[in-house]
Amino acid sequence: MKWIGRSVLGALVLTVLAIGGWLLLASRGGELATPSAASVTAENLRDPALIARGRYLTIVGDCAACHTAQGGQPYAGGRSVSTPFGNIPASNLTPDRTTGIGQWSFADFWRALHAGRGRRGELLYPAFPYTSYTRVTRDDALAMFAYLQTLAPVHTTPGASGLDFPYSMRSSLAAWRAMYFNEGGYRPEPAKSPAWNRGAYLVQGLGHCNECHAARDALGGVSGHPALSGGRIPELDWYAPDLSTRAGGGLKGWSEQDIVDLLQTGRSAKGVAFGPMADVVAGSTQYMSGDDLRAIATYLHALPPRAQLAEAMPQFDARALARQGGEIYGQHCADCHGKDGTGVAGVYPPLDGNSAVTEPTGINATRMVLLGGFAPLTGANPRPYSMPPFAQQLNDSEVSAVVSYIRHAWTNRASVVRPEDVSRYRHTPLD
Amino acid sequence: MMNTSPGTHLTRIHAAAAWFVAVTFVGASGHAVAAAKVPDTLQQRIAACTACHGVHGEGALKSGFFPRLAGKPAVYLARQLQNFQDGLRKYAPMEYTVRQLSPAYMREIAGYFAAQQVPYTRSPVPNASAAMLRRGEQLTSHGDPALKVPACSSCHGTQLTGVQPSIPALVGLPYDYVSSQLGSWRTGTRASAAPDCMAVIARRLGASDISAVATWLASRELPADMQAQPAGSIKPPLRCGVLGDHGGGA
Repeated sequence: MKWIGRSVLGALVLTVLAIGGWLLLASRGGELATPSAASVTAENLRDPALIARGRYLTIVGDCAACHTAQGGQPYAGGRSVSTPFGNIPASNLTPDRTTGIGQWSFADFWRALHAGRGRRGELLYPAFPYTSYTRVTRDDALAMFAYLQTLAPVHTTPGASGLDFPYSMRSSLAAWRAMYFNEGGYRPEPAKSPAWNRGAYLVQGLGHCNECHAARDALGGVSGHPALSGGRIPELDWYAPDLSTRAGGGLKGWSEQDIVDLLQTGRSAKGVAFGPMADVVAGSTQYMSGDDLRAIATYLHALPPRAQLAEAMPQFDARALARQGGEIYGQHCADCHGKDGTGVAGVYPPLDGNSAVTEPTGINATRMVLLGGFAPLTGANPRPYSMPPFAQQLNDSEVSAVVSYIRHAWTNRASVVRPEDVSRYRHTPLD
Repeated sequence: MMNTSPGTHLTRIHAAAAWFVAVTFVGASGHAVAAAKVPDTLQQRIAACTACHGVHGEGALKSGFFPRLAGKPAVYLARQLQNFQDGLRKYAPMEYTVRQLSPAYMREIAGYFAAQQVPYTRSPVPNASAAMLRRGEQLTSHGDPALKVPACSSCHGTQLTGVQPSIPALVGLPYDYVSSQLGSWRTGTRASAAPDCMAVIARRLGASDISAVATWLASRELPADMQAQPAGSIKPPLRCGVLGDHGGGA
């Protein structure tokens, strides 16, 4: 079925391309807003303050997360980024002259970040989130470029694209961009505070939060849903929750300090970062300045309320499920998370009222039970506590029972997770 | 609430929901143990490790694939954690678990398991012919010059109890573990720092030789003293990255 779906999508992409793609290319071709290269001298790029700021911004953007292979040199690329359309190798950002960006001018770099185009003008695949990075200011981009040019050059062998036809044809991207990409910088909202605007700039731009925290449609675009309203991360199969702290929001009841705590230390009174977010905290947000973290919290705290979801109802024999789930909970979970699901402050997260438990799909709670793992390792928490993996101990129906139990215990009111759902998430997601 | 009139499907769902909530709370109250203060110990922090490897690193007795960690050299254990993090060893649950641990934390965890002293347990010995056991003993104790395979004991110690700081014991390892690890070196899902002497040796061994070595190791009586030999007490016959590239021969 999957290949049929892809063929239909492919036909759609090609059709849209045929109708509008070349027109689009023609109309965009002449107005590439690249700054004059002459305005950026080698002298500018050696400014230590600029380089230091660039290093910070590169961490804020978490560039190393994709542009570093497992066990590889930071920023030297080589990691393969999985998408539903195939695997896309992340490029080498070190200044190697043939395999990195050693011969790139700042204009080239700016065009990639801002317009999603490679050095020869080719359209870049949006696995590189230029859909967000287009909001990054030219000054910030310059600082990042200056920093990347100071890295030791690493000569690499570029990975081959693993994209399926027709996605392997870069020209198919013209149609995609027409639907999902609006080139342009961040426009401040004068009615909002400087902190809110700084937060919005970071969240919408370099932080590229919406790339995971919003639902993607069949063509991999994120339009059509409210920003940051949560979504399943394709291929990884984790659920990136809604980030609203208001009524109906995924972070309902979170204070600004809770948000700062989670991003800075990996844990808060409301929960612990796990899965892909643990990597984001460990690699990026823990290093952000207090001012920037508070700005992000200000912005997220002001996100609008969400439509209330109807209360989920159990779909099959609830009594047996709750009894079995409660027993497993008492045996394996209650010692750390408490019989009342309140956890232990600063050590084990509460499960009652925790959006990671009650998110719409049940994927996160299922994966946590199966995988366990350490809380993010941060400067504030260098020896984190951990949770045992239960994949070896509990079968699918046992995991289903205990996850369904915690999703409906105490004040939680989320849907049951079926054994066949558990079975689908038994593999360990690494990339 | 428990209206049994042939009413709506919805009513029945509500009833089920009410039951779910009721049983939920009754079920939970059956385990009314107040959460004690969480011990601030490494053992408590590494529940993710001890769930499979045992609280003292004794290994999972029911499965040969969750090996004993207790008493293995600390440098060896820390290197294995690093190798999982770097993808030199491929086993997704381990790679996932250690993926963002710092070198300092990995050394601390390795030190914990290295310091554990728990009795060894014998794992099941697979049925094997006398010829197979002889072949296993020959390879382990003398090697096979024709295959250019050195004796296991030339690196892993005269009693195969390992050598500080980087070489693990081989005695006490289950058949499943030894055979799967040697197989992993052949297929590239286990590797170590170059030059990877164990990969060289594993590729020189055939499937039946791997089976013979694993069988003989699992069948061997455990020596009274399971401590690893002191550092510097062996001269490796192959060049090994993990030993600082010392050693000679090919």
